[in-house]
Amino acid sequence: MEVTEVLSERELDRGFSHQVQDLPGAGGLEKCIQCGTCSGSCQMSARMDYTPRRLIEMARVGMKREVLSSRAIWYCASCYSCTVRCPRGINITEVMSGLKSLAIKNEMCSRRDDGPAFYTSFYDVIKRYGRLHEGSVIAGFAWKTNPWRLWGMAPLGWKMFLSGNLEVLPEKIKKPAEISLLLEKLGGGVMKR
Amino acid sequence: MPGSDATSCGILRVVAGAEQTEIGTGVQGMSDVRTGVYVCHCGSNIAEKVDCARVREFASELKNVVVARDYQYMCSEPGQELIRQDVEKNGINRVVVASCSPRMHEPTFRKTLETAGLNGYLLEMANIREHCSWVTTDREAATEKAAALVAGAVARVAFHEPLEERFADLKQRLLVVGGGIAGIEAALKVAAGGYQVTLVEKEPSIGGNMARLDKTFPTLDCSACILTPKMVAVAQSENVTLYTYAEVEKVEGYVGNFQVTIRQKARSVDTSKCTGCGVCYGKCPTRVPSEFDAGLGTRKAIYVPFPQAVPNKPVIDREHCLQFTKGKCGVCARFCPTGAIDYEQGDQLITEEFGAIIIATGYETWDPAAAPQWGYGRYDNVLTAMQLERLVNAAGPTKGKIQLQDGSTPEAVAILHCIGSRDENYHRYCSRFCCMSSLKLAHLAREKTGAEVYNFYIDLRAFGKGYEEFYNRVQEEGVHFIRGKGAEVIRKDGRLAVRAEDTLLGRYREVPVDMVVLNTAAVPRRDSEKVGQVFGIQPSPDGFFLEAHVKLEPLKTATDGIYIAGCCQGPKDIPDSVAQGAGAASEVLSLFAAGKVKISPVVATVDSQLCSGCRVCLPLCPYSAISYDEVNRTAYVNEATCKGCGTCVASCPSGALSVRHFTDEEIIAQIKEVLAV
Amino acid sequence: MRYTYFPGCSNHSSSRDYEESTREVCAALGIELVELQDWNCCGSTAVMAVDPMAAMALSARNLALAAAGGSREMVVTCNSCFSTLRRAGQFYQSEPLTRDAVDRALGEVGLTLQKPVPVRHLLDVLLNDVGLDGIGARVSNPLVGLKVVPYYGCLVGRPKNDFDDRENPCSLERLLGTTGAVLLPFEHKARCCGGALMTTKTEVALELCRDILQEAVERGAEVMAVTCPMCHLNLDAYQGQINQRFGTKFNLPILYFTQILGLSFGLREKELGLTRAMYRRFDYARV
Ligand code: SF4
Ligand code: SF4
Repeated sequence: MEVTEVLSERELDRGFSHQVQDLPGAGGLEKCIQCGTCSGSCQMSARMDYTPRRLIEMARVGMKREVLSSRAIWYCASCYSCTVRCPRGINITEVMSGLKSLAIKNEMCSRRDDGPAFYTSFYDVIKRYGRLHEGSVIAGFAWKTNPWRLWGMAPLGWKMFLSGNLEVLPEKIKKPAEISLLLEKLGGGVMKR
Repeated sequence: MPGSDATSCGILRVVAGAEQTEIGTGVQGMSDVRTGVYVCHCGSNIAEKVDCARVREFASELKNVVVARDYQYMCSEPGQELIRQDVEKNGINRVVVASCSPRMHEPTFRKTLETAGLNGYLLEMANIREHCSWVTTDREAATEKAAALVAGAVARVAFHEPLEERFADLKQRLLVVGGGIAGIEAALKVAAGGYQVTLVEKEPSIGGNMARLDKTFPTLDCSACILTPKMVAVAQSENVTLYTYAEVEKVEGYVGNFQVTIRQKARSVDTSKCTGCGVCYGKCPTRVPSEFDAGLGTRKAIYVPFPQAVPNKPVIDREHCLQFTKGKCGVCARFCPTGAIDYEQGDQLITEEFGAIIIATGYETWDPAAAPQWGYGRYDNVLTAMQLERLVNAAGPTKGKIQLQDGSTPEAVAILHCIGSRDENYHRYCSRFCCMSSLKLAHLAREKTGAEVYNFYIDLRAFGKGYEEFYNRVQEEGVHFIRGKGAEVIRKDGRLAVRAEDTLLGRYREVPVDMVVLNTAAVPRRDSEKVGQVFGIQPSPDGFFLEAHVKLEPLKTATDGIYIAGCCQGPKDIPDSVAQGAGAASEVLSLFAAGKVKISPVVATVDSQLCSGCRVCLPLCPYSAISYDEVNRTAYVNEATCKGCGTCVASCPSGALSVRHFTDEEIIAQIKEVLAV
Repeated sequence: MRYTYFPGCSNHSSSRDYEESTREVCAALGIELVELQDWNCCGSTAVMAVDPMAAMALSARNLALAAAGGSREMVVTCNSCFSTLRRAGQFYQSEPLTRDAVDRALGEVGLTLQKPVPVRHLLDVLLNDVGLDGIGARVSNPLVGLKVVPYYGCLVGRPKNDFDDRENPCSLERLLGTTGAVLLPFEHKARCCGGALMTTKTEVALELCRDILQEAVERGAEVMAVTCPMCHLNLDAYQGQINQRFGTKFNLPILYFTQILGLSFGLREKELGLTRAMYRRFDYARV
């Protein structure tokens, strides 16, 4: 049995909710009536350690560490099922992506989860080439998590290659430097005021 | 700055705490205009944002102002006394009160002036609460604007003339529109007072939504048992004239004197001959889904909607009747023993005069087919709450048996609250009675089938007398409560399942059930916009009719003599609807008892010297108050009908029209002063 | 009809078949697709997860390039690109802070946005610009009786589009109805296939895809129509793994809706990229 303790006010990060809401599309958390429509609509909530509704409340209250180190955020498939049904018009999906980015930025990601490694590998590839290159993403992901993974993925990769669905070399845009500059100017995870 | 010489004028002895500035008797400008200005603090409502002392100082410098004071509550008795004293002692003959909206207290201060011996219309109000202190956090800006408004009012009031209120006769007859419980209650109450009432109902029978319900919460008495005696009383009352299957088509006139045109739709049955024996609908070959049974059962093309209908006389639904659609059948006419069937009957227009109108047109329930996630219209055994009411009812399509499409009894039933209510995607408001009706349906479902019943709710609002106790009782009966909105209904393993989060556990659940009941939002009737236009009453943002004041005048509308009661104003349960019906009746009874209606003297007037007789204004007047005098060749305003809206004034090319106290010179003087500050 | 075309990364790699069939079908209908010059990644959900503003930047660059190229409307075939680019345009217009930040960053690379061009899904363009009559007129090889389940996935309808219901979309039924195929009812039509979770939460995504395939097969589908490269990858390429894991025997061809249209236009197997299928190739002889 888990022992729960008094939720200490000192552990709460009062500014956290604002950090979340500063992200594009992620505002309006104060409107949530905790109805659970989001979690009830989510195909992933059964597998999440905290349901989307609960994450919203935890974020509002300021439970930064618990929220950012939850595994739930990495289970979100960005399917928007929750968002379209929320009776208070909260864009839960954007909140979920925002939480992922804050988890990465604050280095609080659950260590048991592969999500961060995949998304950062993806991001790195885009930053380098401006476009996706599946091979590089998978290589980066495997490198960060478990190189043996490549072994398991090889058959699929081979098949894709045979059917002409896999590029060996990455396709670059003409001005990749423009992309890195843009990402640096605008990047950083949190909206620049 | 408190007036240092205040004690000498003796007012502080009467009213402690009144701050004032006295300007002696040196009158500037128009020698006969002596204005008193009163700046109200409204407790802290105004004073918190407006520096009232500064406004008073400022006012004291204005032209014609003889005395300026500020005081905590001008509307209080001591506040009004200040004005009276100044009339008496300082000889003021114009009054400016800078306080709240004139909608709130203009009548109060008019009275004050009258008791002081001044004409009540020598008053002007400056709204420094709603227009200043409540709409800004900037104290400086609020104070400046307050000063400007006071300056404008002072300039304008100088032009005010004494006006006399007049009275018009009143027809002591009431029109009630809508024969649900609220309308019935209103009609019976006014009829009991000895006045004539006409009740118009759109459906073939009175009874409204309440007639469709099975039991009523929290006492579980049978809806029909408590409603039918009242319906019968309507039919039997000598003072009530009942038109069913009828609609109001046109309303003209004003409080005390409405001319109303009622369309009696063709029943195709001569009610004077019909005995209500029912042979006709026994024989009619055409079956139509029954509206009364929420589409679950059927009725015939000639029908009475339900057994206790009042009047118990059928109508022919011409859209479905074979005689009308195919031109042949005639079965009912052949079998009717009294020859009451009349296919030739046409609509009839009836014009009557009334002194007052109560609108009680009720509500309808939202059609959840618009939201596919809840499965309505997609899966069998997904019902609306109204459909379950009809299933449980002994007179319903299954004779009171709660059963699935295949005739079997459900083992598990889910009741979903807030479907289409409290939801920005559909309706933002809370439909108010669904929590309790869900509890009642849960009780009935459990009692009649023994099924496991799950209520999916966001918040349980059991606010009325005996409601919380009823909730507790239903809990004790073993009904399950899951705090989480039913997000979706799916089909799984041959049954239905409700997807939801049990928010108290923080766990996602898929609850397998056999029947899902959607307690859908109460919504304005689909023709309510049209009804609003006919009667000239406005909707609120939610589409229900707007009351004059949500707390203090819940039964009045912006149009004098037209009242609203029941669910047409917003969702309500039966106790509240009854209370409103009775309340609207009491409004009407006091109006009728007075026997006369006051007519505002702030109306349009024609300067016959200037009027060119072009008649541009005639069709523009929304109250048809202007007529044309052929002999003198000028327009002529009927002061009893004119509302002083000013539409005609703006249209007159010769500048011959003006509204009293809203003349060009008054308004220009006011604007000039406001802008000068 | 002329549109700016945003292919998206997949159409240049894992979904060549979508690219090929799109180009063929558009050509057949007289639609000219002008590829956006030097386009970059749309700013997909994976980027959002690392840096939402960076995702905005990527989308914004594409929208700015389109504006600079004088584009009137931009057509997209990938559900995810569609949703991402629209989302960016929407936040750019509705959130002043976001807008300022984006403007500043674009300024650094000499681009401006101001008014994002409308982004439209090819499904919408075919249905509402070409119209059912226009499509029907091109059908020379009716797919009489071919049983198709329409699968939309998430992002063509959610969070919002201008042309279809988000809970129960029906554009595919209407569009593909012109080919003579039989469109079956499909409750999983707008459920999620797991998307990128196929890599990080493989177990879960496989299960979601299993459920989708399961219903399709129970309904008697011969083909599943899809509108998104990601859905296609998950449902086609991973079908073998699904069978392995769950002991199922799925063998269902997953076709882009453009491929189905192309078939009815009498286009050939190769032209439509049908040979690129990863698990189950559509039986071309069937038509
Ligand atoms: S659906 Fe919206 S209001 Fe309901 S719990 Fe989720 S975020 Fe809150
Ligand atoms: S967007 Fe994420 S949180 Fe929302 S329903 Fe989809 S998976 Fe669940």
